[in-house]
Amino acid sequence: MNVRRTVRFYLNDVLVELDTIAPYQTLLDYLRLDRMMRGTKEGCAEGDCGACTVLVGRLDRDDHLVYETINACIRFVASLDGVHVVTIEHLAPQDAPLHPVQQAMVDNHGSQCGFCTPGFVMSLYGQWLQNPKPSVPEVEQALQGNLCRCTGYSSIIKAAQTISHYANPADDALMVHRAQTIERLRALRDGARIEIEAPGHRVISPASSDDLAVVLESYPQAVLIAGATDVGLWVTKFMRSLPVVVFLNRVADMQTVAIADGRIVLGAGVSFSDAAASLTEAIPQLEELWSRIGGVQIRNAGTVGGNIANGSPIGDSPPTLIALGARITLRMGASRRELPLEDYFIDYGKQDRQPGEFIETISVPIPDVGQEFRVYKVTKRFDEDISSVLGAFRLGIVDGRVADAVIAYGGMAATPKRAPSVEAALIGQPWTRDTVEAAMARYADDFKPLSDWRASAGYRMLVARNLLLRFFIETRGGTVTSGRDLIDG
Amino acid sequence: MDDVRKRRDIGARPTNRAMVPHDSAHKHVTGRAEYVDDIPEPTGTLHAYLGTAAIASGEITGIDVGAVLAAPGVVGVITAADIPGKNDISPAGIGDDTLFCETSVTYHGQPIFAVVGRTRDAARRAAKLAKISYAETVPILDVRAAQEAGGRVVAPGMVIQNGNVKAALEAAAHVVRGSITIGGQEHFYLEGQVSLVVPGEDGEVTLHTATQHPSDTQDVVARVLGLDANGVRVHVRRMGGGFGGKETQGTLFAAVGAVAARKFGRAIKVRPDRDDDMMITGKRHDYVVDYAVGFDDNGIIAGVEADYGARCGYSLDLSIGVTDRTLMHASNAYYFPATRVASQLYYTNTVSNTAFRGYGGPQGLVAVERMIEEIAYTLGLDTLEVRKRNFYDGAKRNATPYGQEVRDNIMPRIIAELEASSEYQARRAEIIAHNRTNPIVRRGIGMVPVKFGISFSKKVMNQGAVLLTIYRDGSVHVSQGGTEMGQGLHTKIMQVIAEELHIDLSRVRITATATDKVPNAAPTAGSLGTDLNGMAAIDATRQIKQRLVEFAMDAYRVHAEQVVFEHEAVRVGRHLIAWPEMIEQAYGARVSLSAAGFYKTPHISWDRKAGKGSPYLYFTYGAACSEVAVDTLTGEYVVLRTDILQDVGRSINRDIDIGQIEGGFIQGMGWLTTEELWWDSKGRLRTHAPSTYKIPVASDRPRIFNVALAEWSINEAPTVRNSKAVGEPPIMLAIAVLDALGMAVASVADYRKAPHLDTPATPERVLMAMERLRAEAV
Repeated sequence: MNVRRTVRFYLNDVLVELDTIAPYQTLLDYLRLDRMMRGTKEGCAEGDCGACTVLVGRLDRDDHLVYETINACIRFVASLDGVHVVTIEHLAPQDAPLHPVQQAMVDNHGSQCGFCTPGFVMSLYGQWLQNPKPSVPEVEQALQGNLCRCTGYSSIIKAAQTISHYANPADDALMVHRAQTIERLRALRDGARIEIEAPGHRVISPASSDDLAVVLESYPQAVLIAGATDVGLWVTKFMRSLPVVVFLNRVADMQTVAIADGRIVLGAGVSFSDAAASLTEAIPQLEELWSRIGGVQIRNAGTVGGNIANGSPIGDSPPTLIALGARITLRMGASRRELPLEDYFIDYGKQDRQPGEFIETISVPIPDVGQEFRVYKVTKRFDEDISSVLGAFRLGIVDGRVADAVIAYGGMAATPKRAPSVEAALIGQPWTRDTVEAAMARYADDFKPLSDWRASAGYRMLVARNLLLRFFIETRGGTVTSGRDLIDG
Repeated sequence: MDDVRKRRDIGARPTNRAMVPHDSAHKHVTGRAEYVDDIPEPTGTLHAYLGTAAIASGEITGIDVGAVLAAPGVVGVITAADIPGKNDISPAGIGDDTLFCETSVTYHGQPIFAVVGRTRDAARRAAKLAKISYAETVPILDVRAAQEAGGRVVAPGMVIQNGNVKAALEAAAHVVRGSITIGGQEHFYLEGQVSLVVPGEDGEVTLHTATQHPSDTQDVVARVLGLDANGVRVHVRRMGGGFGGKETQGTLFAAVGAVAARKFGRAIKVRPDRDDDMMITGKRHDYVVDYAVGFDDNGIIAGVEADYGARCGYSLDLSIGVTDRTLMHASNAYYFPATRVASQLYYTNTVSNTAFRGYGGPQGLVAVERMIEEIAYTLGLDTLEVRKRNFYDGAKRNATPYGQEVRDNIMPRIIAELEASSEYQARRAEIIAHNRTNPIVRRGIGMVPVKFGISFSKKVMNQGAVLLTIYRDGSVHVSQGGTEMGQGLHTKIMQVIAEELHIDLSRVRITATATDKVPNAAPTAGSLGTDLNGMAAIDATRQIKQRLVEFAMDAYRVHAEQVVFEHEAVRVGRHLIAWPEMIEQAYGARVSLSAAGFYKTPHISWDRKAGKGSPYLYFTYGAACSEVAVDTLTGEYVVLRTDILQDVGRSINRDIDIGQIEGGFIQGMGWLTTEELWWDSKGRLRTHAPSTYKIPVASDRPRIFNVALAEWSINEAPTVRNSKAVGEPPIMLAIAVLDALGMAVASVADYRKAPHLDTPATPERVLMAMERLRAEAV
């Protein structure tokens, strides 16, 4: 195996090559402290406010150059090998005219205190490159991960919708230099494993899943980092030191999405954004949920595998995938084992993963015609919030009777958890309101939720029950009541 | 020219009417606007990080910083023992707010020491290594707990009364008693607290700090260092948002930096992490209001008696002013024939609550709007109808409970215009019909007026000052007492100066607010930045213009009337002299080209002991109409539409004013809906980051959002160009959302019961309120 002792990436127009780097060095601190590039701001250091938004350009599997917004505050520099980082400083050099995105923001009074503004500009820039004439909901979606405390957002949304009056993205510097950038990034892609050692810590970045398996045999206690949307906070909030870190960003063969035999097979390293198109095309009921996991920056970084592996009881994808009957493949060295996703979660903080083992794939059955499937996420704030309760329901209904039922919840227990008593109360019964109400009485057998800052136990229980009723009403063609559709209700 | 006409002519006719963006807009969008954390640090800068209390209440029994000092990158530690002056950062200098806690811990997160390290990361990691032992006691965490524990207060409350409320309530056809819990609010300025302190000669310090109140920071730092105020310079170019959270709460970080700079002789930067910032600094006061409202069969209020219990936290801070304003806004736009409203400033083992946009006024309005709701649902009336019947109107119903006559009342016209433009009545009828046939999704609509008093009730604070300097090339430099936090104050001051001097805006440059340029300035607060400092700016320009006129009369042998300021020029008799030429000539004749402008607000008075006076120069008026849709299965909701009509007098900068209104409304909506502060039973704030504390995002905006200014409104009071203050009032417009949510909730019991929605009206509170009404209705 080729081993390289540096991390190489482009920062705006400059090639950066680092041979000493701590695994927990964040991009934001690197920009602000090491490079004195202070246009990118720190608002929260946890990927929730977007003040640190930058673009990361990377070559996808087809060698297309894609630019995505990410939160620099929780992106580790060691994970940037082979990418093009674009910061606010790149948009308009000193004394040059403003970039169209910037000019639109000025002309529409899109800034007041200005502190969040560079992050908004980068998010709008990222969207404009792909979608120069976004609708209001599209802009709102692009801005899910950007907080502004001053403007109330209207002026920013107006700005977003007028950028295309100023210029065409095809004339933008990033697009004009696209071919050159692709060449540059290709040149950086050598298939080597990166290993950088320093006293007290070690960075390893394998370039394939086979190499990952080899690395983990040597370092079974290593912390695995894919998108760092969770582990980032271990560093920025809990100041944990990470002695050995294995980064998964370069394991391209685990970033795949394949559809075969009525199943979608996701590589564990596929980001929420990369999974979105195929997944929601196959299972359209996932569309709203998928667009409400974190903000865009988080979905661009975070992975489905990471969402499962970290074992959180309030992750959104685990209960959803459990209800869909997903199975995961765990790999250690050359050996693999498969298990139903629900069996992976043993208890709070405890999962069925051995040291040195990693989740390789997630296999998700596409619901059959005749199966009813829905997922509902209930939060304090509609966008970019962690679920108070998430309920996922899959029912097979034959001749008006419930033939099979899988119901899983997040936020209701120490792990993502099924509702066996509720399921039992439904199976074999006619799919009627009486059956549903009888099943609603069984929730206490399955769940004893906690009270915390997101919701009280009482509210969680009530909502969990009511979501079954909502599911029933929707399957019967009743009022659509969830989320954004309230407007039409 | 009569007096009224004269007053209307304060401020020149606008000469810069083209769109004027925020003076820093181009720097905001390029990332080149410099905030304190962006200033290149002087060589050798060290970083200080706070070590804080892990309990909310108790005694410190031991502090061991051995491991801290041994940690890599640590230079040293500072504690109370290192403070050269007084261990007191309270704004009033009364000693209840220590820089470092010495013996008794009074809230979770209270600073005990600070680590000084070569990097912020090193200092922050080391701060966690201290071993502090405590003898823990049971904390008092909220208003009800404080009441049950005997009602300890941080200061005596105030009482405002008029008429005989006991008799009025006894005689009233209806009396409803109840209570409402009104949640607090975290400021969530996007730029957290930060200070950079640079030591100088003779013990002097220069501070670059994010503060709305440079003079207070100067005073506190001087007190802590044992210096005269003239040894401390405070500079503020801009803040990344303030909202009241940087009026007094930044002095802690400034003082920590100052003490460390003194001890180590190096520049010191202090910047807490967002979580620490939220756990350490004060917030909007939360209240429990116990009320009794008497009214007749028509819903006309006969009397109001209410106790406003505020969670003040462990120290006084600004709680007197905040709670006073609550009482002074207890009646909003309504006439109370008989009143007794009283405030209780409860001591609690939580952060010391502080100024927040509206300064107590919003809580007063929420409480009275709850009373309006009680009346409406008791009588089966629309809340708007009850509101209209109780407006101030006419000579006999124009006195506020504290005795100020409401002379400028335009609320009836505001409401009438908004009621028409929002099609309130037709939509309300349509919503009621919708609710009849839709069991799951319910809608509601509400229209709420906001009347807000403008001036500080503390008279001394009603002063503004500006230092205006003109250079030989005709360029103008301004430094003013007010600070820029995004509200566009600098922009408006520059506009005022350009227009007064009849020169292009591009000739005017404004730089950091600095205590060595403008001394003893009031905080930038109370919506008053432009009112106070804009008037001072006009004063400064008039002094300069007067000198130029005198020079011209002398040099050209003309009468005063023959010297006329025209665009970019001065006409002197038959000569038209370009502005730079005029300035050069004046310079050559040894005319002083610098002036200190000053302003003090006239006609205001306030007697806190009596709870009487005329504390406000004028009132602003506005109203909002909001419509919501609520999911009765989960309590989730969407704001479908909001229409706002706001009075800003004659606007100085329309775009900036509209930005303030939109942003204020959304911030107020966050306060009343999704922003929930949640302390656990040990007094630890658990919603201490944006992952858990949810301020509105773009998609929370009303789906339709119409904002209009009452273009016809002209401020009769002497203000800059007849404008009115705009910063705070829009916060309260969001009460319309609460009212609309209340209607949707009430629909589940056929509007026969008041919804009693406490705030923040999270989806949980909305669902639980509906559950309660459903249960009661059975």
